[in-house]
Amino acid sequence: MAERTLILAFETSCDETSVAVIENGTKILSNVVATQIDSHQRFGGVVPEVASRHHIEWITRCIDQALDEAQVDYDDIAAVAITYGPGLVGSLLVGVTAAKVIAWAHHLPLIPVNHMAGHLYAARYVGEFKYPQMALLVSGGHTELVYMPKEHEYEIIGETRDDAAGEAYDKIGRVLGVNYPAGKTIDQWAAQGEDTFHFPRAMEKEANYDFSFSGLKSAFINTVHNADQRGETLNKYDLAASFQQSVVDVLAEKTMRALDRYPVKQLILAGGVAANQGLRKRLDHDMAKYHPEVSMLQAPLKLCGDNAAMIGAAGYVNYRHGDRAGMDLNAVPGLMFKRMEVE
Amino acid sequence: MKVLAIDTSNHPMSVALVEDDQLLATTTLNMVRNHSIYLMPTIDRLFNLVKWQPADIDRIVVAQGPGSYTGIRIAVTTAKVLADTLNVELVGVSSLEVVARNVLPTTTAIIVPFFDARRGNVFAGAYQWKDGQLVNRIEDQHLGMATLLDQLAAVDQPVVLVGHLTKRIEDQFESLPDNVTLAPRAYGIPSTYQLALAGENRPAVKEIDPFVPHYLRITEAEANWQKLHPGETRQNYVREV
Repeated sequence: MAERTLILAFETSCDETSVAVIENGTKILSNVVATQIDSHQRFGGVVPEVASRHHIEWITRCIDQALDEAQVDYDDIAAVAITYGPGLVGSLLVGVTAAKVIAWAHHLPLIPVNHMAGHLYAARYVGEFKYPQMALLVSGGHTELVYMPKEHEYEIIGETRDDAAGEAYDKIGRVLGVNYPAGKTIDQWAAQGEDTFHFPRAMEKEANYDFSFSGLKSAFINTVHNADQRGETLNKYDLAASFQQSVVDVLAEKTMRALDRYPVKQLILAGGVAANQGLRKRLDHDMAKYHPEVSMLQAPLKLCGDNAAMIGAAGYVNYRHGDRAGMDLNAVPGLMFKRMEVE
Repeated sequence: MKVLAIDTSNHPMSVALVEDDQLLATTTLNMVRNHSIYLMPTIDRLFNLVKWQPADIDRIVVAQGPGSYTGIRIAVTTAKVLADTLNVELVGVSSLEVVARNVLPTTTAIIVPFFDARRGNVFAGAYQWKDGQLVNRIEDQHLGMATLLDQLAAVDQPVVLVGHLTKRIEDQFESLPDNVTLAPRAYGIPSTYQLALAGENRPAVKEIDPFVPHYLRITEAEANWQKLHPGETRQNYVREV
């Protein structure tokens, strides 16, 4: 029987408490996710102190259930993997503290994982990774193009200069009366409307791989407010379609240009906004048209949001590369891949 | 009985290993408030010194709050996860009571431990020694320092305040009431040996999962929401997906 390496993985960087057991970085034995969305919907967004309090209420249940569902014991576990950043410091600390305790109590190595690498590795459950590789990581807190010359090496070549794409969805969602997280509803509305408003495409033609979504957000909000003042009601489906078209245009075009500049074997789409159907279809279309030589892996829908399974997959790779954290590991809320300066 | 006691409620961080009432090892840090970095290495070092394995312990006693939200979360997360994963007993003790225990049991005065809770407020409670037992007289609460002193002035007994009088709190009053004295600063540093002894004979918690810090305050966001939505608060807002 082939040797199996089991990773017990933790993820608590924002508003999901999650613990998973992953075999050889590719097979999910369990992936328990307790979501706090119902709580934060009261406030229209994640309140950090409330999030931290929920994590501590759920952490032991998630650990025990993850082991139960995987039908394994600590003797079967090879290492403990933990998201130590980026994210909300109070939320991260509950997971980091819990993971350190488990590693210490059972004499297991502790593997630090960057949350964004975790998102990327959600796509590992779809197929094998090939290098060099490019990833478009889009979520509520991040929007970045990451170049990977080889496994375990990450370089940011472009990122948002203001709002993350998911953040822009939530903000315009609020204007349309859609509660946080707004992405799914806006995506569904967009499918029923037309791009009639032609919102700006920020930095689309600039010779870099950075993004900006605050101008789009302002243009959207102004359009709605001006109509309100005139007593007009705009078609919400067309508004959603116009907003989404602008976001998707910018993401897709910058990604295609990054692929022109960096010849890679594979493109990865991951992060919470990777669940967006408009974005998935557009990349399918553009990749077939402009970069048929590059394969694409899109993170599975159920692993686009935060979860520990993706941390276990990334943690397995870190484990094989010898990454180890000590008992002094701390949360690093602003953790980032290194930025590569591109001409 | 082998006991691990942990307190990271405020600026000081303290860990003790106690066996059958005997203190074997303890460490208290009072340098920086970064308990996330120092707690586990300190626990690990003390276990190595006394040659215990993690699985050797019978009971974990933790200062459960009130205190700094982040601080009490680190101690409580450490304690509850360790108790759960090793299947050992867990006991929570008031962080204020730990400090009150620094005052001699021969003291007849009302003992009022307090922590700075910012914005001129404190976390405070009232305790008193009676027949060698420390009894809680007024339960731990969050209140203004000025309000606390008004209440203490009305008590017809000597009162001893125990805690670190920060500039922020000192600015809240002119002088202490005649019946109130402030204990020397050393008394305000928690001793996890005292914590271990306090928790040694108490019943352990029946269920570890619902064990959470005693914050003594709901969050501002929730307080505002409750004002706008009276009677709508649910028991549980978290669900598995």
